[in-house]
Amino acid sequence: MVSIKKSVGYIKKSKLHKQDSQLHFLTKLFKSSIVIILFLFIWEFAPKLGIVEATFLPPFSDVVNAWWELIKSGELWFHFKSSILRSLFGFLLALAIAIPLGLIIGWYPLMRDLLTPILELFRNTAALALLPVFILILGIGELSKVSIILFACTWPVLLNTISAVKNVDPLLIKSARSMNISSIKLFYKVILPASVPTIFTGVRMAGTGAILVLIAAEMVGAKAGLGYFITYTQYNFLIPEMYAGILTISILGLIINYGLSSIENYFSRWKQ
Amino acid sequence: MEKIKFERVTKKFLIRDDQKKGALREFTAIQDIDFSVKEGEFITLVGPSGCGKSTLLDLLMGLSRPTKGRILIDGREIDGPGLDRGIVFQQYALFPWKTARGNIEFGLEAKGIPKSEWKERADHYLDLVGLKKFADRYPHELSGGMKQRVAIARSLAFNPEVLVMDEPFAALDAQTRETLQAELLRIWEKTGKTILFVTHGIDEAVYLGQRVVVLTANPGTVKKIVDIPLKNWLEDADIKSNPKFVEARHEVWSLLHESEFIGANI
Ligand SMILES: Nc1ncnc2c1ncn2[C@@H]1O[C@H](COP(=O)(O)OP(=O)(O)OP(=O)(O)O)[C@@H](O)[C@H]1O
Ligand SMILES: [Mg+2]
Repeated sequence: MVSIKKSVGYIKKSKLHKQDSQLHFLTKLFKSSIVIILFLFIWEFAPKLGIVEATFLPPFSDVVNAWWELIKSGELWFHFKSSILRSLFGFLLALAIAIPLGLIIGWYPLMRDLLTPILELFRNTAALALLPVFILILGIGELSKVSIILFACTWPVLLNTISAVKNVDPLLIKSARSMNISSIKLFYKVILPASVPTIFTGVRMAGTGAILVLIAAEMVGAKAGLGYFITYTQYNFLIPEMYAGILTISILGLIINYGLSSIENYFSRWKQ
Repeated sequence: MEKIKFERVTKKFLIRDDQKKGALREFTAIQDIDFSVKEGEFITLVGPSGCGKSTLLDLLMGLSRPTKGRILIDGREIDGPGLDRGIVFQQYALFPWKTARGNIEFGLEAKGIPKSEWKERADHYLDLVGLKKFADRYPHELSGGMKQRVAIARSLAFNPEVLVMDEPFAALDAQTRETLQAELLRIWEKTGKTILFVTHGIDEAVYLGQRVVVLTANPGTVKKIVDIPLKNWLEDADIKSNPKFVEARHEVWSLLHESEFIGANI
């Protein structure tokens, strides 16, 4: 008897709990989306009410319609694809070069001291300032675009990797060395895992930078890609289409940032 | 049955000269340290800050080399790190990306113990330090005392003959420290390891050690080795008021403070 009562009480409680957490979820959703909804609302009605010029800022629904047409025709996908391929290619190439190189440079104090100043100089040279140079030397084809993304992504990853290796807690190295492990093991069992979070900060910076540089490069000289699409639509006065392109870039940026920070969280899960 | 022998061990460092800019000069951290430790002995080292205790332990661990003299273990000169010695540091030095179990397994792997035995061994030593339930926690999820227990378990798990401890309980609160002191004595009795224990606490040195090595600073030398004539620490709950304890404590205290009065830096 008692046990039945108890279990009924338990069910009630857990139901209540479920409702509670549902409510919690809804308030959270509300909080995180209300301002965006408001923003879209203003975007929709400001042009319709004539507060802003509808030719330059068409209502949000017009943009969505244009967007939908672009998706259906496959045009957007075409540009999206060439943008994402370029940035992914340049970005991954940068990681493949900068991480191993950074690990090596970071490990040898002399190399580190010699190279860090020039690397800082490169990092602080805005990649876009070099765009004309890249186009001059490599033309306006894929090569110059991938190269400039590679250039922009390399420095943050490289410098972060170097400083990650440099800043590994010496006590951890001492502790591992006291267990008589070889230098190679010390490297990939201690230095590498200890460096991962800092390296990833650099990777995320590179991811954000990649999009920025890509779009700018595509605006200057390209025949495909989202940057090109935006300038093209602007020249041809396809304003709703232009906004559709801009929104696509926002979404692309969000996806990349979200993806990278999830990976970062996964690799740093042992940190507080 | 002499386990460790320090033979006139001297360590000098090159440091920047204060007088001449850019120049280097020699600095003697420890000089002519000469004593031996018996097999299975629990010996504690006390001395003023900067007298070279950690330096001496580094030499014993084979992490650096003496400038003069040598250190023998079982009659053989130390020529590098080895798993016949295990060390526990004040700041735990656990690998933060590994769980408690992972940290212990790190040492087992270093020792070349087959993977099939890792779990059992890790469990055994986690149990020994009372952390069986916390095997899968990361260091940041453990309290200071728990972290230090994991560090002790890690050093014991690869079964070194000598356990070296550099102020392992200094960062803990008084109560945790007392618990861990008693636990360490129990582990020592159970495993029969030779233990070298560095501390700042006179009470701790006298309570734990069978002998207390008192060091002086600038350069670090052995001032005196005090015998502690106490047995059955664990049975006697109030051992710290035992007249013999009080006497030994006073002797160590006086030895430490003589040198400070000469330095007149108080
Ligand atoms: N790598 C080094 N280079 C130069 N000097 C050093 C080095 N390591 C230690 N010393 C010096 O040697 C002396 C002894 O240092 P050590 O760390 O062994 O002292 P300690 O007795 O462990 O002190 P504490 O009780 O504060 O831990 C100090 O004066 C220190 O400055
Ligand atoms: Mg020290």
